[in-house]
Amino acid sequence: MNLKTFLLGTCSAVVIAGFAQAETLTIATVNNGDMVRMQTLTDDFTKANPDIQLEWVTLEENVLRERVTTDIATKGGQYDVLTIGTYEVPIWAKQGWLLPLDNLGADYDVDDLLPAIRSGLTTDNKLYAAPFYGESSMVMYRKDLMEKAGLTMPDAPTWEFINEAARKMTDRSADINGICLRGKAGWGENMAFLTATSNAFGARWFDENWKPQFDQPEWKNTLDMYVKLMNDAGPQGASSNGFNENLALFQQGKCGMWIDATVAASFVTNPKDSTVADKVGFALAPDTGLGKRGNWLWAWNLAIPAGSQKADAAEKFVSWATSKHYLDLVAAKEGWANVPPGTRTSLYNNPEYQKAAPFAKMTLDSINAADPKNPSVKPVPYVGVQFVAIPEFQGIATTVGQLFSAALAGQMSVDDALAQAQTAATREMTRGGYIK
Amino acid sequence: MARAVSTRRTVVFTIVAWIIALVIFFPILYTIITSFKSETEAIQGFNLIPSGTIESYGAVQAQSNYFKFFLNSVVLSVGSTILALLIAVPSAWSMAFAPTNKTKDILMWMLSTKMMPAVAVLVPFYLMFRDFGLLDTRTGLMVMLTMINLPIVIWMLYTYFREIPGEILEAARMDGASLWGEIVYVLTPMAVPGIASTMLLNIILAWNEAFWTIRLTTTNAAPLTAFIASFSSPQGLFWAKLSAASTLAIAPILIMGWFSQKQLVRGLTFGAVK
Repeated sequence: MNLKTFLLGTCSAVVIAGFAQAETLTIATVNNGDMVRMQTLTDDFTKANPDIQLEWVTLEENVLRERVTTDIATKGGQYDVLTIGTYEVPIWAKQGWLLPLDNLGADYDVDDLLPAIRSGLTTDNKLYAAPFYGESSMVMYRKDLMEKAGLTMPDAPTWEFINEAARKMTDRSADINGICLRGKAGWGENMAFLTATSNAFGARWFDENWKPQFDQPEWKNTLDMYVKLMNDAGPQGASSNGFNENLALFQQGKCGMWIDATVAASFVTNPKDSTVADKVGFALAPDTGLGKRGNWLWAWNLAIPAGSQKADAAEKFVSWATSKHYLDLVAAKEGWANVPPGTRTSLYNNPEYQKAAPFAKMTLDSINAADPKNPSVKPVPYVGVQFVAIPEFQGIATTVGQLFSAALAGQMSVDDALAQAQTAATREMTRGGYIK
Repeated sequence: MARAVSTRRTVVFTIVAWIIALVIFFPILYTIITSFKSETEAIQGFNLIPSGTIESYGAVQAQSNYFKFFLNSVVLSVGSTILALLIAVPSAWSMAFAPTNKTKDILMWMLSTKMMPAVAVLVPFYLMFRDFGLLDTRTGLMVMLTMINLPIVIWMLYTYFREIPGEILEAARMDGASLWGEIVYVLTPMAVPGIASTMLLNIILAWNEAFWTIRLTTTNAAPLTAFIASFSSPQGLFWAKLSAASTLAIAPILIMGWFSQKQLVRGLTFGAVK
């Protein structure tokens, strides 16, 4: 080897090393507590992988969905890791937009993922996204107000009991509403709650031939009960309340009960923000005795878009962020109560976590009680508890959500809202080619 | 008597003007007030007196790098304004002083591009940006912002230039000024108030543009609009932090507007009274 070849080789090695060092992963994410916490803990990952740099793009949920969809559909390649919900994973996997996660590492332990969550992220026996945190829905209630009303909340209440308790707990003069439920229009807002609740009443979005079912008595029973209950025992202006508004009401002691995401448990029991932190009890989402509970199943997941040029590095990151090691890391730095919940069986077997999170058992039971493949009493052609995993769902459910929100606000009757929902859903499903 | 009526009228008009100004300014004021509340306070309902906590500012600063976004906003708004003026001054000159029978149509056509919803052309632009390697680059966004604001800049300049007597330019030409000399040494100095207010308005428009700046950037070129967008949260209270982020984002442009309001008003009313 002469000097020239040696110098050329050295230069090439330096250039290649330079390129290798410059590998930067762009991660698209939403702004919630667990995701923000992860951004502060990434030193642990970059120390172990000094050749990988991380850049974060945090966006509002709907903007993120739109940005990521545009980028994936046009193969823009702007993102290497995406934060996406359980609704998108099966749809995008079928479109070929996501890479299967085949190399998560030997110690990842895929079998430790909660079966209900894992099944929602699996298409054709391949995992297309790894869950970062999972949630279901449950009843959060004020133990003191329940006692005052002379009632005891069962672990698995019925809607009949919830109705009775809500009305008894309501004390308008003290600004206490018996129950706070979502009313704000949106497929991920009131429709998440109402779709999940309708399952407990035996309703379904579509029959086996994709015919919309809003003209069936089960939907009428669901909506009638919801509107009457909210009029009698709900807060004023409930038709504009979503998760955050109800969270604030509950934290201020203005709700006797709140049925919503299990992730809220850590917020309402945190004495820093909540005035009722030591008075909160938990129960499973209510049923009507038909065999299904109205509790949903959702997870925020990390996935790799098919357009990423850095799939190997991206998979390393996904594996780290959703590993058992990451849960231990959060526990060591911020305590067990702050560990992202709802993804791994081992977390719920951990006595330290059980001690730090009094809502752990109820969260696990709620997640396990949800069955996305058989969400309702009657058979359905779709997957999803509080959504229907088809691309058309977002549009239809947004329209239906507006109608149901209007019914709650008293701008139209329940019958009119259901009739218009049936017409809108039938039109869109025919247009989509589901109904011939 | 007439004097008294006129004074009374002035007082009434002043009060009405103050009320209108307060109504217009109130959302910004309330955003600033909310930024000094705790998250629980922020969502508790209408309250004009905050507890004065600055924890939201601390949280915002800890969560993202404000100065990186700020720098991008400055570069994009100033850069796109300079680019727009370079194109718009000659265009407006030709339309104001050498009009043809198609000039009015061209002006209307330019304005009509503003009537199209931006989302309608999102995918074609995204594809073009991808193919030219302009996604998440300041250059790409500068071009985009220039294109968006160009019709308004040309229209404004055209209106100002029309107020300048053509005879003055003719005189300059007779004195032997070249076209370039005419624009730079005669027209531009006379239209300085107009150009200055156009420039300021364009900077404000570019600073606040949120559709394209959020959709065509990821990390490198993201300006303050993307910074604000990152503080909205699907699960958890965020109003105080979002207000703090918004206050930080609008503060520079608000201060700039405050100091240059004389020029802005002078420019906007330029030629209004003959």
